Amino acid sequence: MTAVLPRQRVAKRGGLRRLARRKSTVAFALASPLIILIAALVVYPAFYSLHLATLNKSMEHFVGAGNFEFLFKRDLFWMVVKQSCIFAISAVVFKAITGFVLAHFVHNIPTRKQRKWRGMLLIPWVIPPAMSTLAWFWLFDPSYSAFNWILNQFHIGNVDWLGEPNWARFSVILVNVWYGAPFFLIMYLAALKSVPEQLYEAAEIDGANWWQKIWYVTLPMMRNIISITVLFSLIVTFANFDIVRILTAGGPIDQTHIFATWAFKLGIEGNDIPLGASVSLFMFPILGLAAWFILKDISDRGQQA
Amino acid sequence: MPKQPSGRRKFLKAAGAASAALAFPYIRTSYAAGSLSVGFWDHWVPGANDALTKVCQDWAKREKVNIKIDYITTQGNKLQLVGTSEAQAKAGHDVLAFLAWDPLEKAKDLEPMDDVIRSLEKEYGKVVPAMEYLGKKNGHWIAVPSPTGTQVKPPCARLSLWKEAAGIDFQAMYPAGQKPTAEAENWTWDTLLKAAPKLQKVGHPIGLGLGQTTDSIDWVGALFHSFGADLVDAKGNILVKKNDAVRQVLEYMQQLVKYMPPDVFAWDDASNNKYLISGQGSMIMNPPSAWSVAKRDNPKVAEDCWTFSMPKGPKGRFSPYLPIILGTWKFSKNKSAAKSLLHELWQRQNVEKYDNASNGYDVPSFASMRDFKIWDEVSPPKGTVYHYPPRDDQTTWVSGAPAPANVANQMYVQSIMTKMIAKCTQGGESIPKTLDWAASEIEGYART
Repeated sequence: MTAVLPRQRVAKRGGLRRLARRKSTVAFALASPLIILIAALVVYPAFYSLHLATLNKSMEHFVGAGNFEFLFKRDLFWMVVKQSCIFAISAVVFKAITGFVLAHFVHNIPTRKQRKWRGMLLIPWVIPPAMSTLAWFWLFDPSYSAFNWILNQFHIGNVDWLGEPNWARFSVILVNVWYGAPFFLIMYLAALKSVPEQLYEAAEIDGANWWQKIWYVTLPMMRNIISITVLFSLIVTFANFDIVRILTAGGPIDQTHIFATWAFKLGIEGNDIPLGASVSLFMFPILGLAAWFILKDISDRGQQA
Repeated sequence: MPKQPSGRRKFLKAAGAASAALAFPYIRTSYAAGSLSVGFWDHWVPGANDALTKVCQDWAKREKVNIKIDYITTQGNKLQLVGTSEAQAKAGHDVLAFLAWDPLEKAKDLEPMDDVIRSLEKEYGKVVPAMEYLGKKNGHWIAVPSPTGTQVKPPCARLSLWKEAAGIDFQAMYPAGQKPTAEAENWTWDTLLKAAPKLQKVGHPIGLGLGQTTDSIDWVGALFHSFGADLVDAKGNILVKKNDAVRQVLEYMQQLVKYMPPDVFAWDDASNNKYLISGQGSMIMNPPSAWSVAKRDNPKVAEDCWTFSMPKGPKGRFSPYLPIILGTWKFSKNKSAAKSLLHELWQRQNVEKYDNASNGYDVPSFASMRDFKIWDEVSPPKGTVYHYPPRDDQTTWVSGAPAPANVANQMYVQSIMTKMIAKCTQGGESIPKTLDWAASEIEGYART
């Protein structure tokens, strides 16, 4: 018995060493604080909101999918779905285009001056959006808009930036593009720098013009980063709250409400937390589907390569 | 002889026999009164919180309670978020301020306040009916009106502009320190409609917000009710398409909006203030905060401002009322101290202190307290806000009433009435289509 014990201890210690030596175990141990944090701040609230979405308004009875059934019958809900899609898709498209164009400009600036431009162009992204949106609100102010003052100098009448539904939609998308484009800029700039110069030289020898170089060299080389940034931005833009809340609060006549602002209106202001939770959960299948398509495309291309 | 400050013992004695039926299971001796955490509404008017703090601290010292006060802003719905999270967590302040509809929505978590109200009503008369509508559930008081933050939103007009353009002298109609004259009988929604084009013509249109924030919702609620245009009755029956007055009020607004700035549909609670203070607007509907800021930023405009009663409609004169309400959670650990504080806050001499500090901004929910000197004294011009607290033929009215609370709350939050106006004016919809839309929306609000 006494002879066996040390051997067991040695075996145990050896097992621990082997376990510690396994890269995956170490990685898991190092990542565990983050995993715990995500579980507490993301997974738990997600399941809790699922639970909330199954309760009645006074949160006393289980109603299953009753809240979703209720929402599906409301015209306003479908208007919010439509508006969220218009807002997110158009904002992401314009952010991607603006970021792509700006990245090219910055890429073509001599390296010495690039740092200044990068810093300046990143400013919209680093200012807290609630603060910068307030500044935009003053620029769009219904009565004392700075933009209208400029238009008036050219004898152009006032534009009802936040009061007329189409202008209000334009305004919230514009501010979102202004805020989010620097993210695309920085990602695309990094991607551009990793495209081998030889490919452009080869294309030039083959007689490719400026546009053909972009279409046949730059874009294919940046395809994965474009997909990932679009997916990431789509998620963030769909879930946007602050810009719409500050600029229009969903108005006029609910024409700029998106999922998050409407969920807040119902859940917090209207004291109907289960319905608010149901609205915000509706983003999940839409984004899940978008993520599946985009990630599948990336993975398929990875396998082809 | 100065009135003795009301103590916890005095309050309990006053509540006495009446409360015996309900019983106070939480009474502690004043020497072991524990601690009390309070969340009050953060007042707009600088210095107004200080008067409230002083009253609370004096009470706490006397009652040997360790009090902790938080002033919570309504900016960004913070006050509502605090209420919602405390209700979810079943923990938080012992006394908390709520926005108008929130106590009814959270009634199951709130301590009954019948004893407090009964004792106060004995001293100061009945609480105004609009507050009763918001503070009572199933015949029981679930909260107490807040002596600070409760406001009405009557017209505030530029005297000189109205005299010159429309020939109407509000100062003569509503003289300072006196009852309205017989001429005030003619101050109706029709008079407003006749005057509006004249004011627009001289470049100073009236500016009544039609957005989705409280200033807009409140005055529009009073307008609808003064036409008899209730969208839902007290039993929950949807009247939108059955009540002809709804059509009439929309037709009225189709006329009136022509004489207002086109951006009123996008106005928030700051827009109307800015419009008046800039000197452009000839009338807004707001508490005296706009005039107060004008005193600092544009004194000439402030000297020309006068606050007075709402225009009268076919069914009467209704003052847009928006109270802040104080409640105590059932899970509070010091309910008896909380109730004692609530009783103390409403002592007349204390309420006058808050009103003096807020330049008369706070409207007491007991009509018997609407005679403080501050409304007489405030200037310029002297007596400019004398008619701010609703008196005489004005009834305070909550937008959405008399619908059952769950429906009315949604009508308020979703700003159904201002949206109806926007739809059939700016939105270009016909009135029948607007009514169909509103009826369908309200059907959805009846969720329980």
